[in-house]
Amino acid sequence: MLSRVANSIYWMCRYIERAENVARFIGVNLNLLLDMPSEKDKHWLPLVMTTGDQELFEENETDYNQEAVLWFLTFDRTYPNSILSCVAAARENARSIREIISSEMWEHLNNFYLELMKEESIKMALQDPDRFYNIIKMRSHLFTGLLDSTMSHGEAWNFARIGVMIERADKTSRILDVKYFMLLPQADLVNTPIDNIQWISVLRSASAFEMYRKEFHNITPRNVASFLIFDKNFPRSIYYCIARAQVYLHRITGTPQGSVTNSAEKHLGRLKADLEYTDIDEVIDSGLHEFLDNLQRRFNTMGGTISTTFFNIEPQATTTTNEQSQTILQS
Amino acid sequence: MEIFRNDDHEGFYDELIDEKGIPRPGVELLVEKINSLPEGDLTLRQKAAEALLLKMGITFNVYGKDEGAEKIFPFDLIPRIIPSNEWEKIEAGLKQRIFALNEFIQDIYNDKKILKDNVVPEDLILSSRTYRKECEGFTPPRGIWCHVTGTDLVRGGDGCFYVLEDNLRCPSGVSYVLENRQVLKRTFPQLFEKSRVRQVDDYPGKLLEMLEYLAPDEMQSPTIGVLTPGMYNSAYFEHSFLSQQMGVELVEGRDLVVSDGFVHMLTTRGLKRIDVLYRRIDDDFIDPSVFRPDSLLGVKGLMDVYKKGRIAMANAPGTGIADDKVIYAYVPEIIKYYTGEEAILPNVPTYICREEKDRAYVLDHIEELVVKAANESGGYGMLIGPHSTKAEREQFTELIIANPRNYIAQPTLSLSRVPTIVGNRIEGRHVDLRPYILFGKDIYVQPGGLTRVALKKGSLVVNSSQGGGSKDTWVLLPHQS
Repeated sequence: MLSRVANSIYWMCRYIERAENVARFIGVNLNLLLDMPSEKDKHWLPLVMTTGDQELFEENETDYNQEAVLWFLTFDRTYPNSILSCVAAARENARSIREIISSEMWEHLNNFYLELMKEESIKMALQDPDRFYNIIKMRSHLFTGLLDSTMSHGEAWNFARIGVMIERADKTSRILDVKYFMLLPQADLVNTPIDNIQWISVLRSASAFEMYRKEFHNITPRNVASFLIFDKNFPRSIYYCIARAQVYLHRITGTPQGSVTNSAEKHLGRLKADLEYTDIDEVIDSGLHEFLDNLQRRFNTMGGTISTTFFNIEPQATTTTNEQSQTILQS
Repeated sequence: MEIFRNDDHEGFYDELIDEKGIPRPGVELLVEKINSLPEGDLTLRQKAAEALLLKMGITFNVYGKDEGAEKIFPFDLIPRIIPSNEWEKIEAGLKQRIFALNEFIQDIYNDKKILKDNVVPEDLILSSRTYRKECEGFTPPRGIWCHVTGTDLVRGGDGCFYVLEDNLRCPSGVSYVLENRQVLKRTFPQLFEKSRVRQVDDYPGKLLEMLEYLAPDEMQSPTIGVLTPGMYNSAYFEHSFLSQQMGVELVEGRDLVVSDGFVHMLTTRGLKRIDVLYRRIDDDFIDPSVFRPDSLLGVKGLMDVYKKGRIAMANAPGTGIADDKVIYAYVPEIIKYYTGEEAILPNVPTYICREEKDRAYVLDHIEELVVKAANESGGYGMLIGPHSTKAEREQFTELIIANPRNYIAQPTLSLSRVPTIVGNRIEGRHVDLRPYILFGKDIYVQPGGLTRVALKKGSLVVNSSQGGGSKDTWVLLPHQS
């Protein structure tokens, strides 16, 4: 398939996944605040930190209050990673490959965008945020469902799935990073069961709470981190995403797993192996933040390698990469 | 909705209702259906159709408006109906015209017989902005230049069809014909069936057949692509739609590269050769090494590969010469020259400003004429005398005097009208008709085409960029005897 088309489908899916994750973060935060009204204004800064885009926020705002942060993360067209910007970018990508994706996908995405552009959306986000962010999440799910059930699972689809997986791995690492930093000033508490509602919220934002309970029962920071990084079966864990991305990548190239024909396969294989041969105690000993920060860097490199391997044979061709910035809180 | 019986034609020819207020042959069922709808029902159906178009993303971008402004191409539910006997004449006339124009293009780039015989003035050809010196001595695959044409026809007050313009470069709009038909079928299913309307849906199949015909003989399954300027082009929807319907690649200039004497696509598996391009980019932009060097839309080296016969293109570069509005004035003679026949479809009478006598007349009567620049389209570069301001007339007077070669003028036509939904009433609005013609192994004319309607009361400008809309066009099957 055309390199440009592969690039567009990959980014279309990354943007939708990104929009969904922003909605997840916000949704959980809003929920959390209901339980701790006194801390209302302390919880919006970390949310912006999750995105790594504090600098952009502070260009126009000084105060991390609910309204300002929600606007920034949801409707700000000048902020390229706001939900609206993501959905718009996904739609622009989709428009450039309309003949490749199914009409159901296009119509859904088009409608997603048109609805979001309406005045009523802003009203709903302010008056009934819970419902609003839930709708965003469900629309993203519907999109992914359409991707899976209305489009042939050929090359284009595999690129789409790689996009979803890399974006999701990145977002799971970010939410964990921020909350871990916020919630755990003392490393020796790491194995102590703390019935902290905030840890539940971390899990919830990745829809992981119930699945976690089945696996570990008690909530300890160590196990939460372990589950979100290493779980083999949970579809939003970092390991799972990377392992799936590898499967899709090898389907595209036709190379058997275990052998390598290009640098994208090499990067991804190495990343997966590193995750396989690392455990949570090692990670915590050497510093979770450093570990996650390094992972995010590698995701970005991955994205870059996929671009150079498949999307632009010609070095002068311009690509529209939009990896998210890496400056996620330095303590 | 009583208005459908209205017989006030304000002196114009109405396509559906005759002067006595009686539906024309074939229109009776439609009138009966619409008059039987409950109050407000038609408006509701109209709104539903518009919402559907927006949801499907069938939109276009208007140049010069706010960035990202998207509009649906306004669509009116009441179809325009053409009986089979009228259509037969149109079809024969278009086939004759396209055949002759193709002969003409081949001749002027090669033997130049028509110029030597002084039927068309040579300096007119050589001074045309759309004449391509690069094509001299060239014969395109199968000798076909104008593969896809969208000829604009109008019906005058006398009830006759005239050719208004030949669009032989990259005529757009055919996707609306197909989409409009889908919407109408959903809106009036039974009526549609009973009316015995000829189908238009095989257009993408015919287009594909024509493109395959252009590939070299030995090629079993040629790789075909639609070359688009990209998603910000106003006709992008159509480019993507056609490539989807044909199941061929949709490519941009940046997806293509010339290497080893062939044109290749950049794919995820390296380079892949492409054999036929249905290009929707003007000549000027297709190859920066030959035409406009600043073009970012084209492919460097494309013309060279093309002239070596290693890629086919529709329409052939250089075809635009027959699109020049001054050349248009000579088309009846061109038809006669190559076919020995009189033109079946007449031209609109045209004053050629480079001719002194005509120019004097035009400058004298500018307030009653329509003045057009030779190479503009989309309703730009045009003056409609009776609707113009004094300043506009003065501006065009200056333009004509400065560059008479570049202008023609025509009497202001009283275009025919079709009843159209306006708010919750039905009123007559002016229309034209653009049938689409494909020239491959044979010449195919899609039954019907795009009926464009000027939605503003009294307006004669039907272009989508100037507030026009469209209607479905029903060509009826002949009566069963």
